[in-house]
Amino acid sequence: MTADIVAWLAQDGITNGAIYALLALALLLVFAVTRVIFVPQGEFIAYAALSLALMESGRVPGTVYILLGGGALAAAMEIARAVREHALSRLPRILALYVLLPVVIAAIVWWAVPRKLDQWLQILLVLAMVVPLGPIMYRIAYQPLASASVLVLFIVSMAVHYVLMGLSLVFFGGEGLRSRPFSDAHFKVGMLDVSAQSLWVVFASMVLIGALWLLFERSIYGKALRATAVNRIGARLVGIPANLMGQLSFLLASFIGAVSGILISPITTIYYDTGFIIGLKGFIGAILGGMASYPLAAAGALAVGLLESFSSFWASAYKESIVFTLIIPVLAWLSLRSRHVEEEDE
Amino acid sequence: MSASLEVRELSVAYGKVEALHRASLRVSDGSIVTVIGPNGAGKTTLLGALMGLLRYSGRADYAGVDLGDVPVEARVARGLCLVPERRELFGELTVEDNLRLGAFQRYRRADPTIGADIAGVYERFPRLRERRGQLAGTLSGGERQMLALGRALMAKPRLLLLDEPSLGLAPRFVREILHIIADLRKTGVSILLVEQNARAALQIADYGYVIEAGEIVLEGEARQLAENPRVIESYLGGGSGA
Ligand SMILES: Nc1ncnc2c1ncn2[C@@H]1O[C@H](COP(=O)(O)OP(=O)(O)OP(=O)(O)O)[C@@H](O)[C@H]1O
Ligand SMILES: [Mg+2]
Repeated sequence: MTADIVAWLAQDGITNGAIYALLALALLLVFAVTRVIFVPQGEFIAYAALSLALMESGRVPGTVYILLGGGALAAAMEIARAVREHALSRLPRILALYVLLPVVIAAIVWWAVPRKLDQWLQILLVLAMVVPLGPIMYRIAYQPLASASVLVLFIVSMAVHYVLMGLSLVFFGGEGLRSRPFSDAHFKVGMLDVSAQSLWVVFASMVLIGALWLLFERSIYGKALRATAVNRIGARLVGIPANLMGQLSFLLASFIGAVSGILISPITTIYYDTGFIIGLKGFIGAILGGMASYPLAAAGALAVGLLESFSSFWASAYKESIVFTLIIPVLAWLSLRSRHVEEEDE
Repeated sequence: MSASLEVRELSVAYGKVEALHRASLRVSDGSIVTVIGPNGAGKTTLLGALMGLLRYSGRADYAGVDLGDVPVEARVARGLCLVPERRELFGELTVEDNLRLGAFQRYRRADPTIGADIAGVYERFPRLRERRGQLAGTLSGGERQMLALGRALMAKPRLLLLDEPSLGLAPRFVREILHIIADLRKTGVSILLVEQNARAALQIADYGYVIEAGEIVLEGEARQLAENPRVIESYLGGGSGA
């Protein structure tokens, strides 16, 4: 193995690792705030990547229907609750958020697709379609079960994952798609040939991680998220609404998932079910970090990316198995260490 | 005087075991009312139900409105605030962040006076100012107590529910913290104070209830309760307390 192959594999590993790191952070955030193991994270990746590729080829992505349908279902649930609680004053807000907003987004997409807008505008539209799916998903599937056990929430996650993957197949079909790279440029760094798209991925990931850090350190909503993660009862007692925090964490997770999908779709061909595997690798990163520390999770995710890239060189047929085998020793170690820690009982 | 809190026949059960049985009490506007009783009597249970953490049967009216199944955050918005027995601080956040989060709902309303109120809490508890950048999880027991009270005050409560604020404090601090509580009344806050330190509680309260095995067995003006032979024997005897 020559030095330039090592460098090339490292570049590949870091690019993927940066995406996994983003996903690991989102998973950790959602788990800490809501105790949900966020299996459907991968669907946001696929939805965003496939929507972008379809829009580029001049087709209206089925995401708009999912958004409209999900919004309508969430609105129906909210309205039912408002009626039950005699709080009809909430109706305008419910309709604006869950019906009007999706309709407006869908209308803009329909208008925009035949006009083949600039790539940046298309990316914004993809985000507008995919990101609201996070809070909508929380409202429909998780909020009614907010006090259920981790296991029940996990089972719900699996169900949501299968439903969304099925919808993905229905609306996007089985074909693999790739979107245009943000830039075709390549740079020569010494003997290494660096693609601009890889730089974009790493750069965007770092910006996003920095933005998350700012959110948690500087804004009251970020602190409220941390407070909910640290002490659920304390958070309720100071009047932090658990539902709002759940929706907020899902919003961040869907945003991160969508951005990851957009970043990765020019590099990797995405099928309706590819997101799941990518999300799983982020999950392994989070597990390598012990499911508790953000920096460790990011480091773990980077390690997953590198391991995957190098094992694809030596044993490409086993590359997935090698990555997934990684969690066995970590889980064994975690379970040994946490033998005396009981599950939080509420 | 109008009642800030009016509780009628409140019962709470954990599974099949009833921990609170038909408790009735009232807290008038601007007064300090104490509930005293032995371990396991149901004091914490009472406060948990009033705050909306536990389901109950019976009725609790606050400011003339039935609390029914109003969720916790809406009770906070109406000025009801609990300092729980276990404090429930945000251990991995700084002292100042804990205080800020106490005012979370006021941030959402873009209340401009939050900064001044944090300064006010530091004025009341200078120790917290020294520790403002320290993680709440590293505070001493007494400092935690101060922070829990300070965090509750940041919500601008109208009725403060206090669960054993003197728990685990040295006698000097017991006096200090009860002095601060008595002082709060001047700012128009009503207080429902749960205490095992009956002597200290009856000193600052206007009215008191004695709760045993989930039932209210005695009530009266605090001064009269302090002279009641039964209370003296069970709760004031041996000269313990502050
Ligand atoms: N989560 C729970 N599940 C079952 N039983 C409980 C629970 N919490 C409290 N109890 C029981 O309810 C009764 C009242 O408890 P509570 O905590 O209200 O007492 P307390 O008066 O606050 O006591 P202390 O002075 O020790 O704090 C006790 O017998 C207790 O064992
Ligand atoms: Mg108690």
